[in-house]
Amino acid sequence: MTYDVIIIGAGITGAMTAYKLARCKLRTLVLEKGSDIASGATRANSAIVHAGYDAVPGTLKGKLGVDGSRQVGEIARRLNVPYKNCGSFVCAFDEKDEEHIKMLYDRGVANGVPDMRIIRGEKLFEMEPNLSRACTAALYAPSAGIVCPWTLATAVSEVASLNGADFVFNFAVSGVSENADGSLTVTDGKTGYSARYVVNAAGVGADKIVEGDIWPEGEDKPVRINPRRGEYVLLDSEMGGIARHTLFVCPSEKGKGILVSPTAHGNIIVGPNANEVSDPDDTSVTPEGIAEISAGARKIMPDINLRTAITQFAGVRPTPVCRSKDYCIVRSKKFPSRLLHAAGIESPGLASSPAVADYVVGILGEMGLELIPDPDFRDERPPVRRFKEMSDEEKRLAIASDPAWGRIICRCETITEGEIIDAIRRPLGARDLDGVKRRVRAGMGRCQGGFCSPRVTAILARELGADMYDITKKGPGSEILMRPSK
Amino acid sequence: MQGKEPFFRRVPSPANIKIITSMDKLVIIGGGPAGLAAAVAACDAGVAANDILVLERDDSLGGILNQCIHAGFGLHLFGEELSGPEYAGRFIRQLRERGIPYVTDAMVLSLTPDRIVSYVSPKDGFVRLQASAVVLATGCRERTRGQIGIPGTRPAGVFTAGSAQRFVNIENRMPGSRVVILGSGDIGLIMARRLTLEGAKVECVAEVMNYCGGLARNVAQCLNDFDIPLYLSHTVTDIVGKKRVEGVKIAEVDENRNPIKSTEYYVPCDTLLLSVGLIPENEIAKSAGITLDRVTSGAVVDQNNQTSVPGVFACGNALQVHDLVDNVTLEAQNAGKSAAAYVSGSPAPSVCYKTAPADNVRYVVPQKIAAGGSGDIKLSFRVTGTVRGCETVVKCGGTELKRIKKRVVTPGEMESVTIKASDVKGDVTVAVEKK
Repeated sequence: MTYDVIIIGAGITGAMTAYKLARCKLRTLVLEKGSDIASGATRANSAIVHAGYDAVPGTLKGKLGVDGSRQVGEIARRLNVPYKNCGSFVCAFDEKDEEHIKMLYDRGVANGVPDMRIIRGEKLFEMEPNLSRACTAALYAPSAGIVCPWTLATAVSEVASLNGADFVFNFAVSGVSENADGSLTVTDGKTGYSARYVVNAAGVGADKIVEGDIWPEGEDKPVRINPRRGEYVLLDSEMGGIARHTLFVCPSEKGKGILVSPTAHGNIIVGPNANEVSDPDDTSVTPEGIAEISAGARKIMPDINLRTAITQFAGVRPTPVCRSKDYCIVRSKKFPSRLLHAAGIESPGLASSPAVADYVVGILGEMGLELIPDPDFRDERPPVRRFKEMSDEEKRLAIASDPAWGRIICRCETITEGEIIDAIRRPLGARDLDGVKRRVRAGMGRCQGGFCSPRVTAILARELGADMYDITKKGPGSEILMRPSK
Repeated sequence: MQGKEPFFRRVPSPANIKIITSMDKLVIIGGGPAGLAAAVAACDAGVAANDILVLERDDSLGGILNQCIHAGFGLHLFGEELSGPEYAGRFIRQLRERGIPYVTDAMVLSLTPDRIVSYVSPKDGFVRLQASAVVLATGCRERTRGQIGIPGTRPAGVFTAGSAQRFVNIENRMPGSRVVILGSGDIGLIMARRLTLEGAKVECVAEVMNYCGGLARNVAQCLNDFDIPLYLSHTVTDIVGKKRVEGVKIAEVDENRNPIKSTEYYVPCDTLLLSVGLIPENEIAKSAGITLDRVTSGAVVDQNNQTSVPGVFACGNALQVHDLVDNVTLEAQNAGKSAAAYVSGSPAPSVCYKTAPADNVRYVVPQKIAAGGSGDIKLSFRVTGTVRGCETVVKCGGTELKRIKKRVVTPGEMESVTIKASDVKGDVTVAVEKK
């Protein structure tokens, strides 16, 4: 069978593209190297929905950022994705910084960012009481927000799946070849899938799908994707109130600067730094990195208590090595009428993603893909019920209808067995511990799974009809248990 | 009705919300060793069994003892070496003999300052009730990798010692075959032996401090007897492996606990167990606005185990992390007795003195002493570092209440000293003086 479209990568770019294509009468397949949606850069990033003032006007980043940011809010509300329109500050600490935020303000105006203003003096601390008193002014962008990136990617994938898109996981693409009829076959070396059109949304691996093939106009050589690691520290929700807005600093010679932000789940995130790494899967954290982040956080917020950290993690961003420093959404050199690269979607890739997907779909249309609206398309996913957010009466009713909703499995985040079962049984449901953790937050709290991971492992085994030995943390090779005890 | 306030008061439900409030009890939160002992003691002190309710969040009573299948429990209290389940079993039997009701799979979601308890369970659904008194016996949780910030990747194969213990002893499944243990807490030491007996190779136990976190007897019986090395002043500096742990790097640390790079070496292994400390579970206490001690992370209590919220008592590992379950039981019995006195209408203490740690002492529990009490008061404390040839000195104002010779005290072993309540006329300090 030949698909209309194959999307390589189920990160936010691939997932959003599948979501947008699901509106049309098309057969779509998403191939993902990891064991779940959002296994790469979408798994670990700042989770910020940038307002769109950073990008140079006229670039793709500049064009897509503002629309994407607005759409993320809409999609999140429609599909019940944790999202908060918290607004952002870019903080200035000296005259040079103040010039910088003025420049960002002008860029924002050109890009169409709504309602920005520069805040000074006492007003700053009224709005953000724990902000460093050394801060002299800030660019305030009320349209900025925070979102749960993997829930966003999972939610739009669920919609795509319910509307007919297929997803294959643990499929690491090794090559793309042309068939006699002009269609392309995407292979992992063992099996292959064919499609009339292919979208390369492979994130940090995008330049390896077809070597030397991402070559936008105006570049003197094909674009390489540099894995750039960013480390983060996540603080306990007891620190949750310390920051009300996403707080950026101005970039300096030392780097882009560390941000402090609330998360959509009520924690505080601090980070990232930026280090080029040779291995695109190198998500290790380093003592030096954590020290750098901690120092950066204290610059913005001197009273922040980093001893409330519940975890540290790192994500690897796909930084394009090119002159434009822009997204590389370009047709293939080798298969120009069949393969479209959506590569180098680094920050603000999460915020831009719906607009990036619209742009990708538009180019696919130009390439010849028939975009006939599907009247049966339904922009919804099965309801997500979160026990913790229910009223007492809703809790009572939920347990009355299914006792599994009265059994708390994750104590720290108050996650019930009912929610975990739902996470497994949903479309594109969880298959491993990390899958459960990302969908319902079991194991995401202060004990980091100490109590619940044995229980979640047992529930996964029961629900999947598997043995506990087959249950993994994050796909084959990450099995939790080894053998029976004596 | 006249005179005494009704033992239990039903909570009026907000409009349109029907909440079951039929179970009106002296609520004991936690059915582990502390909760069980508190319930039995409250009953024996005169509270009718049916007016007590034990809420346990696991599927059976006994708490963490259920997975502690090794011996060594009860030496002090029963003069016998019992396994964890046997020790718990004795109290579960006492609970059943008295007919004290309990609910398992019951998770308390909140406690208000006026002692309204909300809990859920598959059987009872959502329940909200007014308690006459509450005993917090919620135990503790293990510190995690995130809290100590071990660098490296995030593969499968990193477990807290307690979750590994559950996998081995409850699920009968081995979490690994070649193991490094970070931290010398008692559970880590016990698991070193347990995993060795199950055929795993335990490479070493690394401890960042210059003293062992667990009991000396566990070092002898769990490490020395099995030739498992204990490296003091060492820590794990890196975790290697993308999907499953492939190895860890270990380095010696300097006096500030910073790794010395030149001493770093690589140990291939598939599993890293963490036994790096326990933290009292006090989310419910926080929801009730109970004052917590920054050092113990447990509630601030008086000698009756009463917290800053009247009628709410705390005991066991939720109050302070214990080494021996026998001490948990004794503390919980005191809490249960006090809760019984509270519901029978004993007046609340009007004046409270403070206790405070002095030289070489990290904390003292109880943190307060209600004036005008009678009987003995046991002060529990831990020291800041190992001291040899010393004396425990308790002072009240300028008066020395007690002086006891000690051969050696270590931070890994809880110390205690008993004073007479009638001697306490002001704030009390506990010091360990080097001789």
